[in-house]
Amino acid sequence: MRLRVAAGSPAALKVVAAAHCAGAPVQLCWAEPGEPPPSPLCPPWAPALQLESGAVLFSPNAICQYFFLRRGEQPTDLTTQWLEWEATELQPAALAALYAHLVHGRTGVEALGEPLGHIERSLVGRGTAYLAGDTESVADVVVWSTLFPVLRDEAIPAAEPLQSWFRSMTFSEACRNAADTVLLPRHLQEFTACLQKLPLPRPPPDTAPGCEEDDVSERALTEEDMAAAVDAWTRGAAALPKPWRPPKPVLPVEGMRNVLITSALPYVNNVPHLGNIIGCVLSADAFARYCRLRNWNTLYVCGTDEYGTATETKAVEEGLTPREICDKYHAVHADIYRWFDISFDYFGRTTTPQQTVISQDIFQRLQAHGFVLQDTVQQLHCASCQRFLADRFVEGICPFCSYQEARGDQCDKCGKLINAVELKTPRCKLCSGSPTVRPTQHLFLDLPKLEERLQPWLENCWATGNWTANARYITRSWIRDGLRPRCITRDLQWGTPVPLDGFRDKVFYVWFDAPIGYLSITANYTEHWERWWKNPQQVELYNFMAKDNVPFHSVVFPCSLLGTDDNYTLVNHLIATEYLNYEDGKFSKSRGVGVFGDMAKDTGIAADVWRFYLLYVRPEGQDSAFSWGDLMLKNNSELLNNLGNFINRAGMFVCKFFGSAVPPMVLTPDDHRLLARVTVELRQYHQLLERVRIRDALRCVLNISRHGNQYIQVNEPWKRIKGGEEDRQRAGTVTGVAVNVAALLAVLVQPYMPTVSAAIQAQLCVPPECSVLSHIFTCTLPPGHRVGTVWGQHRGWREEGGGGVKPPIPPPQLDPPSVPGKTPPDPSRIQELTEQVAKQGNCVRQLKASGSDRARIDSEVGKLLALKRELALAQNMSPDGPRGKGKK
Amino acid sequence: RLLAGGGGGWSFSTRCFSGKDGGRRAAGAGRGGAGLTREGAGPAEREQIPILQTNSGPGLTGLITIASHLVKQAKKEQLLGSSAEEKAVVHQWLEYRVTQVGRQSSREDTRTVLKDLNAHLEDKVYLAGNSFTLADILMYYGLHHVMVDLTVQEKEIYLNVSRWFNHIQHYPGVRQHLTNVIFIKNRLYTSAH
Repeated sequence: MRLRVAAGSPAALKVVAAAHCAGAPVQLCWAEPGEPPPSPLCPPWAPALQLESGAVLFSPNAICQYFFLRRGEQPTDLTTQWLEWEATELQPAALAALYAHLVHGRTGVEALGEPLGHIERSLVGRGTAYLAGDTESVADVVVWSTLFPVLRDEAIPAAEPLQSWFRSMTFSEACRNAADTVLLPRHLQEFTACLQKLPLPRPPPDTAPGCEEDDVSERALTEEDMAAAVDAWTRGAAALPKPWRPPKPVLPVEGMRNVLITSALPYVNNVPHLGNIIGCVLSADAFARYCRLRNWNTLYVCGTDEYGTATETKAVEEGLTPREICDKYHAVHADIYRWFDISFDYFGRTTTPQQTVISQDIFQRLQAHGFVLQDTVQQLHCASCQRFLADRFVEGICPFCSYQEARGDQCDKCGKLINAVELKTPRCKLCSGSPTVRPTQHLFLDLPKLEERLQPWLENCWATGNWTANARYITRSWIRDGLRPRCITRDLQWGTPVPLDGFRDKVFYVWFDAPIGYLSITANYTEHWERWWKNPQQVELYNFMAKDNVPFHSVVFPCSLLGTDDNYTLVNHLIATEYLNYEDGKFSKSRGVGVFGDMAKDTGIAADVWRFYLLYVRPEGQDSAFSWGDLMLKNNSELLNNLGNFINRAGMFVCKFFGSAVPPMVLTPDDHRLLARVTVELRQYHQLLERVRIRDALRCVLNISRHGNQYIQVNEPWKRIKGGEEDRQRAGTVTGVAVNVAALLAVLVQPYMPTVSAAIQAQLCVPPECSVLSHIFTCTLPPGHRVGTVWGQHRGWREEGGGGVKPPIPPPQLDPPSVPGKTPPDPSRIQELTEQVAKQGNCVRQLKASGSDRARIDSEVGKLLALKRELALAQNMSPDGPRGKGKK
Repeated sequence: RLLAGGGGGWSFSTRCFSGKDGGRRAAGAGRGGAGLTREGAGPAEREQIPILQTNSGPGLTGLITIASHLVKQAKKEQLLGSSAEEKAVVHQWLEYRVTQVGRQSSREDTRTVLKDLNAHLEDKVYLAGNSFTLADILMYYGLHHVMVDLTVQEKEIYLNVSRWFNHIQHYPGVRQHLTNVIFIKNRLYTSAH
């Protein structure tokens, strides 16, 4: 029998080990790289066993099963069950673990906790040495082979029966031979490469990524934890560092942590949508606010990216000059970000004299160091427009996926970068004519030559810096695919002119030019910009962006700067988000799908509620989705019922029961436990935010208020206040501790909801010097501290936040259909729907009366409910409101 | 007793053997076919894993495991294949069924499955070749909700799958309560005109 195995295949070990174990006479051969898979039904790395009948087995477990069947071992219920479990449960978990281990360099064993537990329980429960009895079977081989690559270099976190089973398998001759054959170092490399090409393993729906951290809060508190928490508490506000308020303009300070934060420059030609906002400016803002609260000397700059073809085409579309277009949309952007309360130190633009000076300087240095090449390129030329067409001026059919409306630089459908001349049937965007290919001279950045500088820098940077996994992965695959010289000039007028004879009618390509905008925008902020940008010793640079921008920030721009030999500050931490989807589809500017910055404003929902929700669903580590229903739900469940409710109650008790002065507190072990719990969450919050896990850190904030709510609920101060002396004292202690937790929360939410934070701090009269974060939770509102007016339930939120949402009735403006362009009720549509509802209702009644089958009835009832909902929406009513009595 | 979850489909497929064959039912299956209980069914949840509780020993978990067990109980071993080769092929398709079909699959995943199966079935009567096996039954239940929603044109695109599906749904005892999916006999259009 011929067994064909692909080098680096995750399934290779399994089939080879099974062949050895069952003594099957196979002839092992390695598949050539690029050889097609054995069947279109399986991935290219699947092994293939050619059977005598001519059929091909490609499922690794079926192949193993076959080897044992040949030897006369029939599958039993137990072996079948193990094989099924291995295919559906263990493999995905093991793949995720391997992925974490080999691609991200994190330990992957945690991901295997659940399956390992399952194996252990079975071994203990049956009291057998092997999975399906007292002798080795196909089940043992299959399960061991999947575990071995993950567990081989790790201490197995498991108890005795599992340990000895795993060891006896590992040391059996068949398995050892198989491991030696398959997992040679050279194959291991291919194994990693193979894994990198697989789609990211999807976590099971109920375990969100980052849950390993969440577990920390559940671990038992030790006596030391509690003692430390009590000690910190008693030290009071004096234990907090003095808040640092840097003089303006902010400049690096010797001896301080100097943090420079940039957010990818939004392109000026359009209104940003929520995906853009969470992708860069809002994420960077939350982090910048956090840095300031940590007393790090922080500068956050951003601006609009204004040069380039898209502006020119947009100008043609709107009949304005490019300058007018930029002025118009720059104002739109600035306005939206102001409304979202983005705390830029400076929001500039790229069309400034400083941009020209700095870009030309960088170019000239690159030219002087021999990193610029000249070459003739074939380019599309439109005879009727009498110009060479820059790539955005061309559209055509994508050469890769045949999408009809691919742009000249990139296909919107498959995402591949395109060379405009490769487009099938290109057409000029200006006149719709068919352009012809003609030669023209262009300048190129010699990336292959710069790679020798890039590699050591990247290695060092990755060892010390904090790059998101996707940023590392995208960069690695870019470099792996080979760097090629990259064109940096374009045939346009709207751009930075190229300062070189023979090219004076051209401008720099936006992607050479745009990242330089970070420098020139800072130069517009302060003449001492070089103290930020030519100071890698003192400055730590964070770049925020969506993942599509990664290569330009991790490869192209660092190469430009490295080639100048000018000691520029290069990115230390590259933070890339995944995509935010809209309900189920993608946000798209060009197709007008999604929620845009100006629409968010018009919904009447407070900016802080938007900020909260967007950061709550921040696509961190994986794509996430925006949905109106979920926004409403999270606002009500987390923001109001959890966080708002706790802070409000704590403040109200002080006002109502203690005359607005914080009561004396006599702490008991119960209180110590709460202090320790809060401290654990607080540390976790810091740990996550230091690694820019903004979304995950928000969970810690919400956990603190959950602990707080529970604490109040258990201790019932509103009852005890009516009791005897001792009860009244207890009520005082609980209220005092709770209001201090509220004061801590007020500061912790500041990066997420600055207006809400300010409102709570004002209500509780939190001293301004306490608006700072450290790793300890201390009593900042001591006994006798007077709080201001704490308004009734959520009133403060609504007024300060500019329109919070009242639970539990969903506010009408949150219904999706009424948001974009409110439509007045349409009587004929209502009439039509009413009739349809009546008709469908009759249909359902008949079906029920005639005793039709369940599925049929269910599907008809589903249709009826959908119609009713549509009717409610047409009448501008909440679809769920008047139907409360109906069945779920 | 069979504890079933959401998703549907498979809980009925086990009836093919347990319900039909009189006293050969799994131990403790209760009266008639009504030993099948559905708990916590929710359309959005991922297909849950069935558990079979028997009177002897611990229960069995997993669609393949339970279905294979019931097939043996009903003395219909031929449904699992006769030769070693056939058994392995049947196992391969059962595994394909539980790993590729009917999980929380997106539209795109479903399309890929249909496309692949269509290619596979081009020269075969049944999934495992020339004989009707458990793989066909379980795949039928896995694909029913997909086939119901296909348009006439789509059914023609996946012509081999349609032919196979129509054949299986008319196989005695397979369809149970599920709706009959209609495949029209005359093609809407022909490629030559």
